[in-house]
Amino acid sequence: MDRILGLAVFWARRIGWAAASLAVTATTALADRPYEWQLGMQASVTPTHDRLDDLHNLLLVIITLISVFVLALLVYVCLRFRASKNPVPSKTSHNTLLEIAWTGLPVLILVVIAIPSFKLLYFADRAVDPDMTVKVQAHQWYWSYEYPDQAISFDSNMIAEADLKEGQIRLLDVDNRMVVPVGKKVQVLITTSDVMHSFFIPSFGVQLYGTPGRINETWFQVEKAGVYYGQCNQICGTNHSYMPIVVEAMEQPAYDAWLAEAKTKFAMDVDGAGPRLAAVASK
Amino acid sequence: MSSADHAHGHDAHGHDDHGAPTSFVRRWLYSTNHKDIGTLYLVFAACAAIVGGGISIFMRMELQSPGLQFMENGDVWNVYVTAHGLIMVFFVVMPALIGGFGNWFVPIMIGAPDMAFPRMNNISFWLLVPALLLLVLSMFVEGTGGANGAGVGWTIYPPLSGKLGTPGMAMDLAIFSLHLAGAGSILGAANFITTIFNMRAPGMTLHKMPLFVWSMLITAFLLLLALPVLAGAITMLLTDRNFGTAFFEPAGGGDPVLFLHLFWFFGHPEVYIMILPAFGIISQVVSTFSKKPVFGYLGMAYAMVAIGVVGFVVWAHHMYTVGLDVDTRAYFTAATMVIAVPTGIKIFSWIATMWGGSIEFRVPMIWAIGLIFLFTVGGVTGVVLANAGVDLALHNTYYVIAHFHYVLSLGAVFGIFCGFYYWFSKMTGYEYNGFLARLHFWVTFVGVNLTFFPMHFLGLAGMPRRYIDYPDALAGWNYVSSIGAYIGGIGTLIFFWVVIEAFMKKRKAAMNPWGEGATTIEWTLSSPPPFHTFEELPRVK
Repeated sequence: MDRILGLAVFWARRIGWAAASLAVTATTALADRPYEWQLGMQASVTPTHDRLDDLHNLLLVIITLISVFVLALLVYVCLRFRASKNPVPSKTSHNTLLEIAWTGLPVLILVVIAIPSFKLLYFADRAVDPDMTVKVQAHQWYWSYEYPDQAISFDSNMIAEADLKEGQIRLLDVDNRMVVPVGKKVQVLITTSDVMHSFFIPSFGVQLYGTPGRINETWFQVEKAGVYYGQCNQICGTNHSYMPIVVEAMEQPAYDAWLAEAKTKFAMDVDGAGPRLAAVASK
Repeated sequence: MSSADHAHGHDAHGHDDHGAPTSFVRRWLYSTNHKDIGTLYLVFAACAAIVGGGISIFMRMELQSPGLQFMENGDVWNVYVTAHGLIMVFFVVMPALIGGFGNWFVPIMIGAPDMAFPRMNNISFWLLVPALLLLVLSMFVEGTGGANGAGVGWTIYPPLSGKLGTPGMAMDLAIFSLHLAGAGSILGAANFITTIFNMRAPGMTLHKMPLFVWSMLITAFLLLLALPVLAGAITMLLTDRNFGTAFFEPAGGGDPVLFLHLFWFFGHPEVYIMILPAFGIISQVVSTFSKKPVFGYLGMAYAMVAIGVVGFVVWAHHMYTVGLDVDTRAYFTAATMVIAVPTGIKIFSWIATMWGGSIEFRVPMIWAIGLIFLFTVGGVTGVVLANAGVDLALHNTYYVIAHFHYVLSLGAVFGIFCGFYYWFSKMTGYEYNGFLARLHFWVTFVGVNLTFFPMHFLGLAGMPRRYIDYPDALAGWNYVSSIGAYIGGIGTLIFFWVVIEAFMKKRKAAMNPWGEGATTIEWTLSSPPPFHTFEELPRVK
């Protein structure tokens, strides 16, 4: 059983990988946003999403097998026991062994799912010894990012359709990207200045609400340099569809250069140093 | 009940005296007869379905291609999203399954002359009408930013539904609408529980009740326990909005997450409220057309009880990403997956009922088989979403939309059509055209699958729900989904044609059109049953 399952997971991974690489060649060099006729998840670039992919691939195999099994049973029953084929119905209405089996087997399957599921859940929860912190604040209808250790903060607005430049993606590109170094554990603190929003980056396996009065915590560690897209994922009013999230992961030297420039461009108002988030929490 | 022993069935005069009122007003506005009220509920649900379904077609038109086509802005979109959700839940599925089929067949199936509280039954229905009017009215009253309507989603999370997010009256009207609909449902639930516990015919023990009655009993308990919590939550929201309280406002020591807990403590049982009656109908239909008793009757009944009980302790799986601590999420992951077990028992028991049977593929049976498979597909994606870890990538995406439309639009709604085609001749006395009804099934089956299956792909790709516009790369599957919706819409037109045709042709229906497999009490009565069903209470062996 385990070998069969292992084999199935192996093939599911291969197929997923093939689909992802196909997408890479079909579109640009990045597989970190939706592509046309996409069937599966966005390609993983974080350890969390790697584990999420593994679990989802396992689940996909299990649920496909269950659905096909039920369909096969239905088809068999409909063909074998249709009135013309089986004019006299049986009177069987109990079979203890069968009933125990279809109660017990699902329990076993669920246990098989639950173990990796809990592992993933606890792994994804929060960073152990993060390398840096970014505070994310949601607004109607844009995001702002604050690097408390670097004393920089800036807003990130979607680029309107009329202002799109060559190569920019409608509804997804923003004026100021959140930038992080590759391979570093980034602790993310999220809140909101008004209604609820959700900070959602599919390729990271990161999603967390900005909730009034709370500072929620999550983390990610991007393994590959690139630009990664996400969108607000909790209904927040008229421009809910128009507040994308863009995270650019850079190698350390490039990140350092960006940081140097950002420190002049996005220097935080020192009088109110650090307090933007605190001010919101008490609002 | 003991008076039932004194037979007066031979008294023909008594029969005339207790016939249906001849005045339209007295019969349909003052109705206390469970069958008339059931009919009112079904007609009401059909009218609401035209509104709710029309909105969904309009939404799919907007999403058919990227960019804005028909709607001015996100506010309009959000109002339609909200209206579609609330109408389908409170004014289509619940009235049809519980108010409609429940009222019609629970008393008959247990051999009761009527519901326990006929006048309360009347007010249950008539609270629903102003509720729908208030909801529709809210779409024409200012909500936010000069736009009309409450654009907050059916989950009405504050602060978006508070003064901050939606300052206008539209939100208050929507809240009142839910108050009325909820009050009506609570009264109805009390009525069903009383009827089933106290008015069963002699010999009809709980363990002999048809599974449809079991499903209604459990549903009524869920309603009775869940709806007051919703009523409390929205009342607190109302006072937050209008009277300066701060239950859900951090500035006053409140917490919006409290609202989420209260809402989903109602909201999760609510999804079982919508599907359990459909389960009950499927059990009757599968047994009837397999000409076999239901396999594992007790297991089936108590599987529904288990679904109802566990359904109350899984609510926070709708809230995995609001910032709940990790141990809480671990508990809700485990509890949620447990629900798969009794649900699996039901699926396999239906198939086991068919096994060895002599299956006739009459129209209701086709819908039932469709439901069994499509509910399985919707159910297994529920197991995926149950995992709080995986939910990080899927929460609020179209994957969720696909999941709950497979269990509700293709589960509960297939259950409604299944029940409708099963009992249509009993309720009206007329036969429908079998060919048209089959056409309705196949067109609907193709339409809904084409609509909702691609949504899995959109969700996995990361498309968030409640979006009026989406990145261009997602255009393909959205287009397919919209085409599916139009086909489903044509299916609905065929359904109305089936009904109109049946009433025009007036083919008289037999007492029992389904043969030996139909063993419940309604098939021993004329079609339609007399205004007062039983002159003498039936005795159940």
